[in-house]
Amino acid sequence: MNEEVVSRRPQGPVTIVEPHTGWRMIDWKELREYKDLFFFLIWRNIKVRYAQSAIGVGWAVLQPVASMLVFTVIFGRLVGVESDGAPYAVFAFVALVPWTYFANCLTEGTASMVANAQIISKIYFPRLIMPMAVIGARMVDFVIALAILAVLLIAYRIVPTPGVAVLPLLIVIMTMAAAGLGLWLTALAIQFRDINYGMSFGVQLLMYAAPVVYPASLIPDRYLYFYALNPMVGVIEGFRAALLGTRAMPWDLIGIGALMAALLFLSGMLYFRRKEHVFADVA
Amino acid sequence: MSDIAIKVDNLSKAYRLGVQAQKSKTLVEAVVKGLAAPFRNFRRLQRLNTFSSDRNSDDILWALKDVSFEVRDGDVVGFIGRNGAGKSTLLKILSRITDPTEGRIEIHGRVSSLLEVGTGFHPELTGRENVYMNGTILGMKKAEIDRKFDEIVDFSGVERFLDTPVKRYSSGMKVRLAFAVAAHLEPEVLIVDEVLAVGDAEFQKKCLGKMQDVAGSGRTVLFVSHNMGAVQNLCPRAIALRNGEMVDDGPAGEVVRRYLNSLVQNSADAFSLENPDRRWAGGLRLVSGCVLDKRGNPTESILSGEPIALRFAYECDRELDDLCLKFTVYDQSGIAVTHIRTDLTGFSIRSTGRRGSLTCTLPRNPFAIGGYRVAVSVDSHGKMIDHIPGAIAFTVSDTVFFGTSQVPPRQFCTVYVDHEWSITNDVSTAAPPAKAVSAVA
Repeated sequence: MNEEVVSRRPQGPVTIVEPHTGWRMIDWKELREYKDLFFFLIWRNIKVRYAQSAIGVGWAVLQPVASMLVFTVIFGRLVGVESDGAPYAVFAFVALVPWTYFANCLTEGTASMVANAQIISKIYFPRLIMPMAVIGARMVDFVIALAILAVLLIAYRIVPTPGVAVLPLLIVIMTMAAAGLGLWLTALAIQFRDINYGMSFGVQLLMYAAPVVYPASLIPDRYLYFYALNPMVGVIEGFRAALLGTRAMPWDLIGIGALMAALLFLSGMLYFRRKEHVFADVA
Repeated sequence: MSDIAIKVDNLSKAYRLGVQAQKSKTLVEAVVKGLAAPFRNFRRLQRLNTFSSDRNSDDILWALKDVSFEVRDGDVVGFIGRNGAGKSTLLKILSRITDPTEGRIEIHGRVSSLLEVGTGFHPELTGRENVYMNGTILGMKKAEIDRKFDEIVDFSGVERFLDTPVKRYSSGMKVRLAFAVAAHLEPEVLIVDEVLAVGDAEFQKKCLGKMQDVAGSGRTVLFVSHNMGAVQNLCPRAIALRNGEMVDDGPAGEVVRRYLNSLVQNSADAFSLENPDRRWAGGLRLVSGCVLDKRGNPTESILSGEPIALRFAYECDRELDDLCLKFTVYDQSGIAVTHIRTDLTGFSIRSTGRRGSLTCTLPRNPFAIGGYRVAVSVDSHGKMIDHIPGAIAFTVSDTVFFGTSQVPPRQFCTVYVDHEWSITNDVSTAAPPAKAVSAVA
């Protein structure tokens, strides 16, 4: 009987709607079906973010540059935080490029589902696409910031080490960490609005748990591996090792970070899948 | 059989209602409660979607209860019911927006659902960009939209503004563009909610026309509407829901009639002596009023152009003469459309029995499409003895008045008027274009 259905409609998919409880696998095939939506959402995020703003994409430059200037004055000059021998401005900016990406992904990703509650309650698509599109759209800002970083390196006549070959790996870890934590927070935020309220504050605090304004060398050795559980530690120190050559490539920190990022990413996707069916009801 | 498109088995959906918290009696209690609040809130938010143990707890609302039906390939089924009957919940589950609490659905074929026109429209994006955005959200591929783009733009009629941000569009333009996208979906199963409720009458006609095309093209359509005319026009079959349960399933005409009958019985409140708006002086009492369709069945939804009748039933405790029954029909904005009374045509009434009814027949219902309210009163010897301002409500859902598909715009007319046209062509004056002659026919 079933075979008859199949033979008459060879391409006709069968959709089953059932109550869902517990963990669910990621439906990669379905995600591929919605590939075009994913790219349009990325593009929409970028376009809308800078629509009707005077400096437009300039914001992608302004945010890390302004932070760099403030940090350089306060931490570099006034406090005198050491910077492993590199000029403090470059030292801070190298960290700010991945960190700004990470922070923006968290705040914007978390808000994405709540902000699009109207869409979620009117149409079905794999919900994962929504926060993932934010992760993708922020990549544009990241690339722009990387370009500024290149200009800065040239201005300070700093020659990157052969370690730059590791950068793609670091970027993958960074993206996975941002997506993983982002998915956890997004799924939680739609159920508990507390996450939204605490987000910008939390991200600010989180920055001090990563070597953004100070070098990881300040952390006592016995806490170092615990510290490296924050996947951004390995990423940021890796960026510094590759571009500034202030230290050897910290493979131990990167290894721990990569493990954590992968864990966050996987668990984040699974938790998101587990909770996505309630989004339309609680959003 | 092999041609089942949708199979719904024992579908149920529960929502948890908010339950009012108890007030604290003392300051200490309030402080303790305040400290415990985060934990209580956490549990409450957690519980929003779990219904495992307490099926019958009083803060659970079953929006759908054990609904089962099958839809064959190519069937067009209308869902009717009052607000809160569970129609929208059912469509949301069918479109996978929300999960059922219990039960199972099997859908064969590519599904598109249209619970709203213009989902995903962003005001900052241009018309062109929104076509792509909305199209992909509805499940189209980019290549598919590329291919249909010109057609979509043609259908929408907004080609001049394609590169203008949608926030500068009028709401009508927005809806037209959005509907144009939706109209070019080519699913095997289409799920449509009250999307036709938006836009002006002309646009609604266009939507209905498009829906008719879809329905006629052998696709499976599930359609929710309050527009009984549209349901009857589009759907051979209808399913009625009440309080989350399926109460009727069958040919649309019959289901709609039974549904409307069930509503009429609910309007009995207006005739209750407790109705504060009623003015009753004793003697004769009106007990019910209704609109009858051309077959003499009570209804709330009628067509203009067809014969209709208004019937008022009364009871009286003594013999009365020189009675006059009069009623006024008001449109939705409360403007009186017409006033009819028994003495206009010289009809005089006397009541001899204890109860009876008066029927006023309109051979061709002249009321334009829309909703109406009827106020009724009875005079005896020129003195009002009963008056009910909201005795009957009825809707004119569609018109067959002119025998064509043409309908005059609602804002210019509340009643339709019988008329005939004639034309004379005076050939002796300026030479008319040759084509015009063929217009005389």
